[in-house]
Amino acid sequence: MPNKTFFWFFLPTGLAMILFIGLPIISTGIQSFYAQHDQVVKEVKKCDPFGCTVSIVVDQEKTSKIREEKPLGKFNGFGTYVDRNHLAVEEIGKFWNETNSFGEFVDQVTNLPFYKALIFTLTYCLFVTPNVLLLGFIIALSLNAVTRRIRGPLIFGTILPMIVTPLVGSLVLFWMIDAEGIIGANLQMLMDDPYLSLKSSKTLTWITIIIYGIWHHSPFAFVVFYAALQTVPQEPVEAAIIDGASRWQRVRHIVLPHIYPVVTFVALISLMDNFRVFEPIIGFSAEGSAQSLSWLIYDNLVNEEVILFGSAAATSMMTIVGIAILLAPVLIRTWKEFRTAR
Amino acid sequence: MEYGLDKRSNALKIFNTTFIIVWLLVACFPFIWTFWGSFKVRADFFSRADWWYAITAFNTLLETGGKFTTDAYSQAWTEGEFWKASRNTVIVTFFVVTISLFLGTLGAYALSRSTRNYAFWILIAALIFRAMPHITLVSGYLFPFFQLQIWGILPTTIVVLVAINQPFTLWLLYSFFKTVPKELDESALIDGCSYFQAFRHIIMPVMWPGVITAGLFSLMLAYNDFTVTALLLNQENHTMVPKIQSYLGTNQHEGNLMWAVSAVVSATAPLFMLVMFFQRQVISGLTAGAVKG
Repeated sequence: MPNKTFFWFFLPTGLAMILFIGLPIISTGIQSFYAQHDQVVKEVKKCDPFGCTVSIVVDQEKTSKIREEKPLGKFNGFGTYVDRNHLAVEEIGKFWNETNSFGEFVDQVTNLPFYKALIFTLTYCLFVTPNVLLLGFIIALSLNAVTRRIRGPLIFGTILPMIVTPLVGSLVLFWMIDAEGIIGANLQMLMDDPYLSLKSSKTLTWITIIIYGIWHHSPFAFVVFYAALQTVPQEPVEAAIIDGASRWQRVRHIVLPHIYPVVTFVALISLMDNFRVFEPIIGFSAEGSAQSLSWLIYDNLVNEEVILFGSAAATSMMTIVGIAILLAPVLIRTWKEFRTAR
Repeated sequence: MEYGLDKRSNALKIFNTTFIIVWLLVACFPFIWTFWGSFKVRADFFSRADWWYAITAFNTLLETGGKFTTDAYSQAWTEGEFWKASRNTVIVTFFVVTISLFLGTLGAYALSRSTRNYAFWILIAALIFRAMPHITLVSGYLFPFFQLQIWGILPTTIVVLVAINQPFTLWLLYSFFKTVPKELDESALIDGCSYFQAFRHIIMPVMWPGVITAGLFSLMLAYNDFTVTALLLNQENHTMVPKIQSYLGTNQHEGNLMWAVSAVVSATAPLFMLVMFFQRQVISGLTAGAVKG
């Protein structure tokens, strides 16, 4: 296809992606260097028969005038990145000097908002991704052994958790796990603890969200693995059976090597999706004990008084860096393959 | 995998069946339970006394005189203005699907028929764009949209959702176009067709399965989106998912939980129907990128 034809065919979609994905990333980058204006204050002298008092009040008129003139805020450089709500460089230095043991230091650092969110996000990725791969693979293997006639409805039931939006999925589970729901109430009875509640314990909340993540993402892994299983050649499997290989040996040495590229694909996609975990935190009303990076950005953007554009943008930029680190191995590999292919 | 050679032991068969039954229960029961509960009153579905009330409908009988009630539905749809939210969802979904298919087929066709290096790099760039968390993009949109005064209205959200959806649509349709033999459009070009005519009259007619699959995924993205619609639309224009969240209530005002329950069922039912009809396309779409490479 000549370059000119390609250009006209690709222009609409390219324009859409540049305008609404490329530019917003740049806009986020610029915003992250600005912070909202401080309020302008003035001294007001009030006199009454008993004497005069001087009080300091916010000058609404001047404040809104400055905000109108420079809506982006004041230039802050990397100030937002290193403040207490983000990388908290100063605080960490202080903790390092003041705390006695390393454990105490880690404890203090993980209480800072950004690090707290980072640790939750990473923990979520670390536990959900491998379990999704494992569960998806087991479901695919066992559905593959079922008679072909009844597979259709079984597959439909299996993919339900995946097609609902995460907010709805987590709400549906939350209503059951809640102390007033069916599972929550039965758990209280089983553990003989009438005060057992999901919201009260940080560990329990984390476990619930991770279980939700596995429930929601496994169907995707299942579908891809199931399709890949259909392409496994029959001859080596039959040869292995004749040679007396056990079921496990067949899976380990024939099926797994065959679907290996697909496994890396699923791992990559679910890692990317898990890194942006956000809706379940709202669905489970878990803001108190579990915050993710995406949730921090959301929280800044729905701030009641004034939207913290700068703060949200700084967290966004650091999230993008995180995504870049996750993607780097894949991109490097693709590039090497591309170079050798030429 | 029904091999004549492969004899499964009975123990394995029993284990397999049990596992599938347990998994299906885990996957489906929450939805069945929510559907059942949406016809009860709040005191039954969220019972402080005994969860068994949700089945015996103790309070529902007391309050409404029947074992099932559709009060939650009628209230949410009228008083809760869920009709408005679903109308907005229909508008957003319709335009997102049409526009992204239009842009996506053109772009993906060009990508699949180009032998240059830049086609490869564009696909890689699309993969990177696909990985961007939506909330980071939203934090980039908000400020300029406020300044341009285009925040809060449906067209902005539609355009944004189309753009966010493009990388995935491009990859999906690209892998479908690759399966259509090049000779087909080349012969049309020799006969004097322009590229656009070949695309319009030769390629598109054989591409319907791929287009339907890509359309389904655009539909699911637009229908299910929370991040973009919750932050880029004003109260009046909210679609279903942000509306459900608003029923949950905040610290300031108490929500109406039963409205949320019935709204969840109302929003999920059409989606389930759709997937039931188009199951084959959904699965082929999910695997297109993976298995074909």
